[in-house]
Amino acid sequence: MSTSEFDSLRPPELPGGRRRRKGKRAGRPGGADGSREMPMVPEAEFSSYYGRPVVKPAPWGHEVAAYLFLGGVAGGSGLLAAGAQLTGRPTLRRNTRLSALVAVSLGAVALVKDLGRPERFVNMLRTVKLTSPMSIGSWILSAFSAGAGVAAVAEVDRMTGERLPLGPLRPVLRALEGPAGLEAGLFGPPLAVYTAVLLTNTATPTWNAAYKDLPFVFVSSASLAASGLAMITTPVSEAGPARKLAVIGAIGDLIFARVTEHRMDPVTREPLHHGTPGQMLQWSERLAAAGGLGALLGGGHRGVAALSGLTLLTASALLRFGFFEAGKESARDPRYTIEPQKRRLAARRAAGVTDDSITTSG
Amino acid sequence: MGQLTGPTDPAADAGWADRKPRKGFFTDTSICIGCKACEVACKEWNRNPRDGDLELLGSSYDNTGALGASTWRHVAFIEQSKDRIDEARESGRALIDLGVPAFPSPPHTDAGPPEVDFSPPDTPEFRWLMSSDVCKHCTHAGCLDVCPTGALFRTEFGTVVVQDDVCNGCGTCVAGCPFGVVERRSDGTYTTPAQRPGSPVEKPVTGVAQKCTLCYDRLLEDQTPACAQTCPTTSIKFGDHDDLVGQARDRVAQLHAQGRTEARLYGANEHDGVGGTGSMFLLLDEPEVYGLPPDPRVCTADLPEMFRRAGMAAAGMFAAAAVAFWRNR
Repeated sequence: MSTSEFDSLRPPELPGGRRRRKGKRAGRPGGADGSREMPMVPEAEFSSYYGRPVVKPAPWGHEVAAYLFLGGVAGGSGLLAAGAQLTGRPTLRRNTRLSALVAVSLGAVALVKDLGRPERFVNMLRTVKLTSPMSIGSWILSAFSAGAGVAAVAEVDRMTGERLPLGPLRPVLRALEGPAGLEAGLFGPPLAVYTAVLLTNTATPTWNAAYKDLPFVFVSSASLAASGLAMITTPVSEAGPARKLAVIGAIGDLIFARVTEHRMDPVTREPLHHGTPGQMLQWSERLAAAGGLGALLGGGHRGVAALSGLTLLTASALLRFGFFEAGKESARDPRYTIEPQKRRLAARRAAGVTDDSITTSG
Repeated sequence: MGQLTGPTDPAADAGWADRKPRKGFFTDTSICIGCKACEVACKEWNRNPRDGDLELLGSSYDNTGALGASTWRHVAFIEQSKDRIDEARESGRALIDLGVPAFPSPPHTDAGPPEVDFSPPDTPEFRWLMSSDVCKHCTHAGCLDVCPTGALFRTEFGTVVVQDDVCNGCGTCVAGCPFGVVERRSDGTYTTPAQRPGSPVEKPVTGVAQKCTLCYDRLLEDQTPACAQTCPTTSIKFGDHDDLVGQARDRVAQLHAQGRTEARLYGANEHDGVGGTGSMFLLLDEPEVYGLPPDPRVCTADLPEMFRRAGMAAAGMFAAAAVAFWRNR
């Protein structure tokens, strides 16, 4: 990116130099049929405006990453609670309902806190906008919270020996409890998955590049996290389904994280391996595998189950924070925006598509 | 839900019954002198506060850096020596040879030399590139589509404007913009201390998304946006979008006829990844040299596919839970 006139005096930069890493030029078609002109741009010559970013990272703090995690835990817990309700597991039902409410409340607080104007958070429900994952997500969050709230209050009322000052509303609560629990279960998976669309539907290179497969990673992570929490809170006799779901979630997590990365552009996947986000994601994978194994082999033992649950929760949190931060990192370096775009433009031109470029000769 | 990709009239797509002709800018960077009058005029008219502390960036005469919440015009400044000029001329020439997009790709590009005489004029040893960047007012605006509150809206002029009294500062639009234009204003400082008696105390809006409005308030009064009005070299041209596209094409053809093959248009193609932009540019090098993305694609173009995949994933989660509960019954 240097524009000094003395650049011409420097020896030519070797491939694999400062700005070029291996694997980057794979799939670069060049003059495929030999009759074409030179490729439009000289080989991956990367230039930018003084190294300044092209796109801006979302101004989201750790609260949003925490919400990705908490929303997953809440959604998964809501689903587990509905399952426990339908299959007659009162302890699992009670614990997962309470978990769902606590997680979704903390998550909502985190979201509101991250707003630039928190006092205007209700504006989220001003309109229904199908093109905005944030809008759809706000409605999903509201619908889930309503169901989870009613179901959890009913549990609290039962736990306290009907001491909540409900008065004549108690029969209403009892009547609503079942449908509300099922409604929360219905909105659980959407709550767990919409955050994936929220991240991928952006111009942030590493997030956007994962758009096809990230939803599968997020539902897997939500499943294993919520199951992990249930394994901590619930005795092994009733936590059987949670253990199963934890194992399925862990397997899904390990597979889909790899698939996601495999399908990403080789440049945009780099931030997933660098620095702190890279370490977080690596540890997330290890812990998911360990927790899944623990649930599968030692889930019958209360201590092992609780430890595995904790491991799984940590794995999920690390995944969310790692992926979140990797994306923000990718927006801060112009390379992740410019190089994949140049490559796909050159590929389209090499394939004979010349009418869809933003740069035109006339 | 309007159209997500492809050519369209954005105001009509947004449902305006009494829409006006689409307005836009054509920024001809070949005659920009880098005076930054546009930056100043924009700040003054829109009462935008100062961006952080005043500091020298140390990279060039551009100490503004980038577009942002309080900087809606930004003049880029690039120094280039002969080899870079030759490169730019070469890449522009390749673009012409490719016929982008005026003619479909010819089956054999070695069919013969182009008819126009492209013998370049004497190449200078050195040049300065100056370009006044601004919000692109895309046909398919990522910021607008992802905004959950409806604070961002499409005007009858086909432009995109933030209503700062509706925005709750969620920041989704910031990540949604493929050009890195819109930003959430965290704070703002006015340094003009002169407080005239009787005039209201000015306080910049904070915590909300901010970007160029294409001077919506002035457009409503049939006025020219502040930056275009103040530009001393008419590098910034304002007008009806369709007229500007014609002007831009004429100008680039004129430069090509002079042998300046490095000239190219940016944003004038309605088939590109954002459906064409309201603000077009005539550039003298590759877009990324100016800090512009070389092949932007609005994220919502892939939204149907994203929702489809998310639906599949949610269904998978239901199925996994069903399996988990069933087997243990």
